[in-house]
Amino acid sequence: MTVNGRKVQANVDDNKLLVEFLRKDLGLTGTHVGCDTSQCGACTVEVNGNAVKSCTCFAVRADGATVTTIEGVASPDGTLHPMQEAFREHHGLQCGYCTPGMIMSAIDLVKHRPDVSEAEVREAMEGNLCRCTGYQNIVNAVCAAAGSMKGTAK
Amino acid sequence: MNGFQILRPSTVNETVSMMQSNEDAQLIAGGQTLIPSIKHGLARPAVLVDLTKVEAIRGIGIGAKEITFGAMTTHAEVAASAEVKKVIPVLADLAGKIGDRMVRNMGTIGGSVANNDPAADYPAALLALGATIQTDRRKIAAADFFVDMFSTALEPGEVVTSITFPLGAAAAYEKFRNPASRYAMVGAFVSRTGSEVRVAITGAAGVVFRFAAMEEALRKSFTAETADAVVIPHDGLNGDMHASAAYRARLVTVMTSRAVAAVARLQ
Repeated sequence: MTVNGRKVQANVDDNKLLVEFLRKDLGLTGTHVGCDTSQCGACTVEVNGNAVKSCTCFAVRADGATVTTIEGVASPDGTLHPMQEAFREHHGLQCGYCTPGMIMSAIDLVKHRPDVSEAEVREAMEGNLCRCTGYQNIVNAVCAAAGSMKGTAK
Repeated sequence: MNGFQILRPSTVNETVSMMQSNEDAQLIAGGQTLIPSIKHGLARPAVLVDLTKVEAIRGIGIGAKEITFGAMTTHAEVAASAEVKKVIPVLADLAGKIGDRMVRNMGTIGGSVANNDPAADYPAALLALGATIQTDRRKIAAADFFVDMFSTALEPGEVVTSITFPLGAAAAYEKFRNPASRYAMVGAFVSRTGSEVRVAITGAAGVVFRFAAMEEALRKSFTAETADAVVIPHDGLNGDMHASAAYRARLVTVMTSRAVAAVARLQ
């Protein structure tokens, strides 16, 4: 599969989850395991252009896929993705554990629905849980990024 | 998690023969129910036959009188389809309320139907709209398909390939969802074609069912007030930590009433 623009090849057990492959085999530990029961969204990554829960996908089923993790969204020169920048600017995190999943999910949301309203952000981000309950600033960040992402390729 | 082998066929025929030659094989579609079940040890398959690469059973086809969904069409695809929104908007609405966005990007209509979770959304739509389930070997009417909790008319190794809904009914789905799991505590699907009214209820009992007394009342007078007056006995309904059987019984009436009001607004 291609992960963050890099071709990777490995033999893995059939029961290995995509999140385990990303974290343990590739060392991409930015993708977090929260609940491990498909509810919290901390493990969200992009597979073939859609946000999915990497704890609820076997690695072998992503054979040949294009995968983007939180490590792959900033520019190679270190410039943050507009969504990352908006989370920084609006303090869209407290402990930060849910943040990679929040950002991956939010990028997917804004990409598919550039004109998303605040109410729609609240509804559409329901698959990402923040145990610090820092939702207000997360919603502020996603709305701000939706504005700044308009017209950009990502 | 137990060890297992994943087989990845690319045609329906290959899928069927893999299911036949592996006695303990289980089909996996989007995996959004099955993978958590495997992780919890509730399912211990020796072989998983993965439908991801079977391209022929993916996609949406629209005819003059019906719409057909390939079994591997995801909830997100149904929810976002401009064509579905145009010819049968209730299904786009229903699909967009399943789980959350990430689940909808993986979960499929065929998987949901074959799994027959007592609180799943699609079974109510199939039953109320009179859908037909196409498998690798036959057609099954929705009325004959949903047998009991997690149990269907499918034979061992039988593969759901598509689901066809007739067009033309005015329909609405109202769901009172569990805020954590997003499954229906109770969901009511109401469809009306001429004088025919069908009401299918999910989440309230062990399996989706038609609410005959409600249908009879609504055929005489199709109003939210009529629905409000029809009570379902709570004996035999689900009761758990989320809602008692009596509470679910009340939800059946309220959700049906709201769906009737929504259908009436369409007409």
